Amino acid sequence: MEHILEIQRLSKQFYLHEQGREIKSCRDINFILDKGGFIGIVGTSGAGKSTVLRCIYRTYSVTTGSVMYDSLSYGRLDLATAEERKIIHLRKVEIGYVSQFLTILPRTTAREHVINGALDAGFSYEESKEKAEEMLRYFKLSETLWDIYPNTFSGGEKLRLNLAHAMVKAPRLLLLDEPTASLDNSTKLLVKELLMKLKAEGTSMIGIFHDLEFMEGLCDRVYNISQGSFQTEEAL
Amino acid sequence: MEKPVLDIQNLTVRYGKTCDYCRNGGTLVKNTCPHCKTVWACSDVNVTLYEGEILGIVGESGSGKSTLMKSLYFDFGITEGEGYLRDFENGEVNIFEQSLQKKKYMKNHIMGMVYQNPLLGLRMDYSSAGNIAEKLIAAGQRNFEGMNRRVEELLDAVEILQSRKKEPPKNFSGGMQQRVQISKALANNPAILLLDEVTTGLDLSVQAKVLELIRRIRQEFHISIMLVSHDLAVIRMLADRTIVMLDGKIIEQGLTDQILDDPQQPYTQQLVHSLL
Repeated sequence: MEHILEIQRLSKQFYLHEQGREIKSCRDINFILDKGGFIGIVGTSGAGKSTVLRCIYRTYSVTTGSVMYDSLSYGRLDLATAEERKIIHLRKVEIGYVSQFLTILPRTTAREHVINGALDAGFSYEESKEKAEEMLRYFKLSETLWDIYPNTFSGGEKLRLNLAHAMVKAPRLLLLDEPTASLDNSTKLLVKELLMKLKAEGTSMIGIFHDLEFMEGLCDRVYNISQGSFQTEEAL
Repeated sequence: MEKPVLDIQNLTVRYGKTCDYCRNGGTLVKNTCPHCKTVWACSDVNVTLYEGEILGIVGESGSGKSTLMKSLYFDFGITEGEGYLRDFENGEVNIFEQSLQKKKYMKNHIMGMVYQNPLLGLRMDYSSAGNIAEKLIAAGQRNFEGMNRRVEELLDAVEILQSRKKEPPKNFSGGMQQRVQISKALANNPAILLLDEVTTGLDLSVQAKVLELIRRIRQEFHISIMLVSHDLAVIRMLADRTIVMLDGKIIEQGLTDQILDDPQQPYTQQLVHSLL
C-alpha cells in the first residue's frame, strides 16, 4: 500500500513569553497514513489531538520531527518545513481541514462560500457553481438554505457546509477536527455515511472523534493519545 | 520559481542625521536613537508579494506599517533599500531609483492606494466621478465617453448609486468615502493594491461590504493586495500570509493562521492575547 502521509518523531512545544514557561503538547508522534486510509485519534481534552492535526495543516509550526506528504503538485515534501507559498497552494487544492466551527466572510451565502472554495482550487466560475451545488446536495443541505447567510445555521448545517466547502475541491487528504462534537445522533449517522462514501471514493482522512461507536467501520486504525504521545493502537 | 509581483529588499526609512551608535546597530528606544534622536521608521524591511495574494500587515501604532505602504507608493522618500515590480521593466530595475516621471507612471498604472484617511486619497470638493476620472486621466485616457463608462462600472462595483456620482465626497459618509477611494484605486486595473486600514472606523455592515469587495476584486482580477489592519479578525478572514511589525522592523512573518494561532514572538503573543 502506498503512503500519502508519514509522520516521524513529531513534537510540538509552545513557549509563553509572558509567563516564561514552556508547554509541551505532543511528543514523539509517529504514524503512517495509507492512500485511501482513515486514521482515528481519540483522547481526553488537552491531550494534544488537535495539535497533531494543526501541525499537519501547518497552523502550528512543528518544533521537531517531520510530516512527509506525497503531493500531486510538488512530489514528496515535508509539510513542517515547506515554503509558505507551497502550503497555501496545497491547502487550496489538496488538503482540506474541517472543524465544528464555521469561518466565513461576512455577506457570503452558503452557496457562494462553497463556490469560493472551488474558485480557490482553480476551477472556472461555471464549473465551480456546478460543483458547489453538487456538493451541497451531496451533503444533504436543503436547497432553501443555499442563498442564506450561514450565521443562522444550526450546528449540523454549519458542519455540512464546512464539509461541502472542504470537499468541493476534492482534496486528497482531509483532516477532521472533532467535526461531530456538537451533533445529535441522526446527524452524526448522516455524517458517518457521507464519510464512508468519501473513503470509498479514495480520500485519505485523519479524524478526531469522541465516540468509538462512530469510528467503527470507518477508521482502519485508532490511536489513543494521552499526555501528548500515542499510547495504544487499536484495530477496529 | 514563481516571480513575485513586488519584491522589497532592505527598505529603511529614517528621519535624522544618525550617529555612530545607531548606525552600528546600537539599541534604540522604541524606534528612536537615544543619542542623536534619529527616528528609524522602517529598518531593513524585506517583503515579497505574489500574484493574487493578500498580505496582511499588523503591528501597533507607530510600528512603521503606514510608512512602509506610503514609501511603496512614493509618498515618502526612502533612505535605503531596493524594490522591484514585476510589471515595471520586467522587475529588473530598482523602483526607488527611478525618475519622478517613471514613479508617477508606476503609481498610475501598476499600483493603487487606499489611505486610512480619505482626505489623503480624495479631493473632497470635486465630484466623486471626477475623483475617479482624475486617476484615469493621469494614466493617459482622454475619451470622455470611455471614462464615463468606466466610472459607472467602478461605482457599481463598490455599490455607490449612479445618482450620486456628481456629488463631492465631502457629502458622503466615511464608509462611502472609503469605497470611492477603493474605486479610484482600482480605476486602472492595478496589479497591486495597497490598503491602509480601510475598515477602521466603519460600522459593521459597511465593513462587511468593504471586506466582500476586497475578496471579490482579488478573485476577479487576481490583484495582489497589501492590507494593513489593526483588526485581527479582518486579517484572519482575508490574508494568506501576515507580517508583524514592531518598532520599524518585521519581527515575525508566516501563514496567517500560524501567526494568529501559534505566535512565536513576545509582542505577537501579547497582540493575539489582547483579542476580544
